[in-house]
Amino acid sequence: MTTLTDPPKESFRLSMLIYDTRYRSMTIQVVAMLGFMLLFAWLINNTAQNLHDLGKEPSFSFLADPAGYDINQRLIDYDSQSTHLRAAVIGFLNTILVAVMGCITATVLGVFIGVARLSKNWLIARIMTIYVETFRNVPVLLWIVFTMAILIETLPAPRAYKGVETGALVLTNRGVYVPEPLFTNSLGNLHFFAGSPARFDVSLDLIAVLIALAGGLIARHFINARAHRIQNVTGKRPKTWHINMAVVVLPVVAVLVALGFYLGYPQLKGFNFQGGIYMRNSLIALWLALSLYTAAFIAENVRAGILAISKGQTEAASALGLRPKRVMSLVILPQALRVIIPPLISQYLNLTKNSSLAIAVGYMDLTGTLMGITLNQTGRELETVLIGMLIYLTISLSISAVMNWYNNRVKLVER
Amino acid sequence: MKKSVFLGALTVAGLAAGVAAAGTLEDVKARGKLRCGVTTGLVGFAAPDANGHWDGFDVGMCRAVAAAVLGDGEAVEFVPTTGKTRFTALASGEVDLLARNTTWTYSRDVDLKFEFVGTNYYDGQGFMVPKALGVSSAKELDGATVCIQTGTTTELNLADFFRANNISYEPVPIETNAEAQQQFLAGACDVYTTDASGLAATRATFENPGDFVVLPEIISKEPLAPLVRHGDSEWADVARWTLNALIAAEEYGITSANIDELAKGTNNPEINRVLGTEGNLGEMLGLSADWAYKAIKVNGNYGELFEKTIGSNTPIGLSRGLNAQWTDGGLLYSPPFR
Repeated sequence: MTTLTDPPKESFRLSMLIYDTRYRSMTIQVVAMLGFMLLFAWLINNTAQNLHDLGKEPSFSFLADPAGYDINQRLIDYDSQSTHLRAAVIGFLNTILVAVMGCITATVLGVFIGVARLSKNWLIARIMTIYVETFRNVPVLLWIVFTMAILIETLPAPRAYKGVETGALVLTNRGVYVPEPLFTNSLGNLHFFAGSPARFDVSLDLIAVLIALAGGLIARHFINARAHRIQNVTGKRPKTWHINMAVVVLPVVAVLVALGFYLGYPQLKGFNFQGGIYMRNSLIALWLALSLYTAAFIAENVRAGILAISKGQTEAASALGLRPKRVMSLVILPQALRVIIPPLISQYLNLTKNSSLAIAVGYMDLTGTLMGITLNQTGRELETVLIGMLIYLTISLSISAVMNWYNNRVKLVER
Repeated sequence: MKKSVFLGALTVAGLAAGVAAAGTLEDVKARGKLRCGVTTGLVGFAAPDANGHWDGFDVGMCRAVAAAVLGDGEAVEFVPTTGKTRFTALASGEVDLLARNTTWTYSRDVDLKFEFVGTNYYDGQGFMVPKALGVSSAKELDGATVCIQTGTTTELNLADFFRANNISYEPVPIETNAEAQQQFLAGACDVYTTDASGLAATRATFENPGDFVVLPEIISKEPLAPLVRHGDSEWADVARWTLNALIAAEEYGITSANIDELAKGTNNPEINRVLGTEGNLGEMLGLSADWAYKAIKVNGNYGELFEKTIGSNTPIGLSRGLNAQWTDGGLLYSPPFR
């Protein structure tokens, strides 16, 4: 009778780290990792040493000093006595503003152009091809500068309006003025974080209007749900559109009337127009150029997404009697979204990062305030650029996170 | 992925780590060329001509230093810098000398760790407006749109001026002088503000300079000075005394016309010491005995350089004003060469 015995246990020898294939790859990874870490440590140490030799110890205390410069475009209050940190916040908000405006416009334009490029109409399809090829093959910086030059050179200067009756919309080569909403019985502002660098005000009037609107929308939701129930039971859907309209519009109108809503028109006073909402040239140029440029890329993503859906889907939808417009919006686009969204995320990221070219037209974004004037006035290159990089990284990662969440929601759920 | 992150970090750290060690004089001599930071183009102060040859008041300073060190006023590599990039360029060792109408301020000298070698132009911030506006004083500019170059002392002075006078304005930040001109000429801003000398230089390039006026208010002191990195005193001495040599040359009447004659030896010991025929001043600086002779020879003395580039007979048309010799009621005063 034979007995099964365990094979003799091999004792571990150091040479096995290199000669034994089971351990070799691990050894290489550990060594490579250590090498990287050493290199990194050396770089940090070297930087710190050089800064020390120059007598410039890294410090972030400059953020609390008064900035000393003015910023024209600001979403929250700021003056030259505010801190560098506050200036950075202004720049950050400006970056967000142009990024959000740009992403929305670029998406709308991009989807439209992408669909139109597949149009059976020869002329439309060709025009869209030309649009896409011109916009995506010229650097975006040139588009920004070009748009700005057009705005400056073609529109009249404010003083050309002297003695001219101006209406609601005023176009000047400094920017565009539109009427602003004003209230005679204003509720005032709500102050958040008063006294801290992150302080900001929110208009109570706006909140009141938004609450009225939200209330209306919720009511509409219930009315629609009730209509659904009745339709499911009886097969007949009660007419709801007039009630819907009433519950959405009436509360908002009521609030506006109660607050004494009126429009403030821009008026030429002295050197510039006063009153109204002022959209500066720099913002318009940057926004338009970024949107038009990114739209060309999004159009290509949309086209690719649509082409990825098999022709059978279109044919099947047509066979059901759907008209071409509905085939596109109900059958093709929802499926194409799954292909479109991942590359769309990178286009949003690109647009946001490209907005750092703002200084070319004097738009005071994060790069212009924190990494521009603040850097220059304080001489803190390393610190400001580090903060700037961190903020851009955070913005980009947030966009990615939101878009990935959305992508997970619309992607095909397989059972 | 991991690799690209590391490479990115490496680039950043590498940029920050690129701080040059002391010994700029030796570096320049070994290289055979002086790297000089200048503006991206401001006629009269530093701008390339039609043949790409740099010319101007600040350029003259670069050439004088190059001549003093290397014996050749052409041995200069000009690095155009914007208001924003200039300090980083100097701090990182990309340029050896920054002669870019830069205002000498406390924080730049002390906190940014630079060494200003002496004022080569006493300036002040002014305003330029179109004549058609009918403005005669800067205090009438309430609500005006003002074009400013970013990254300069001008935007801080501007904020202070308007705050002190309790009037409002709309700043339009602009990266370079050329873009500022475009916006100003198109009427996208009412006012252009920068150093008075810069205004004069910019106005000179306009098609109709007469349609624009420079307002009388000078709202700041702007001593424009060449600068070098802090902590390399030998190199700072070379730049400082080259500037002093140009100023002293005017005071002692050394001009490009008579310098060869004077260099043979005179009975004025001060001139002899400047030109290296007496004493060993050059050796103390680590340069040849005739370093100042070469520096003055390139563009002439301070007064000649001034008249040739920005003086009253040029399109810029600046008068000497504060920049006259102390003997003529100006502020130029070179310490003695001995």
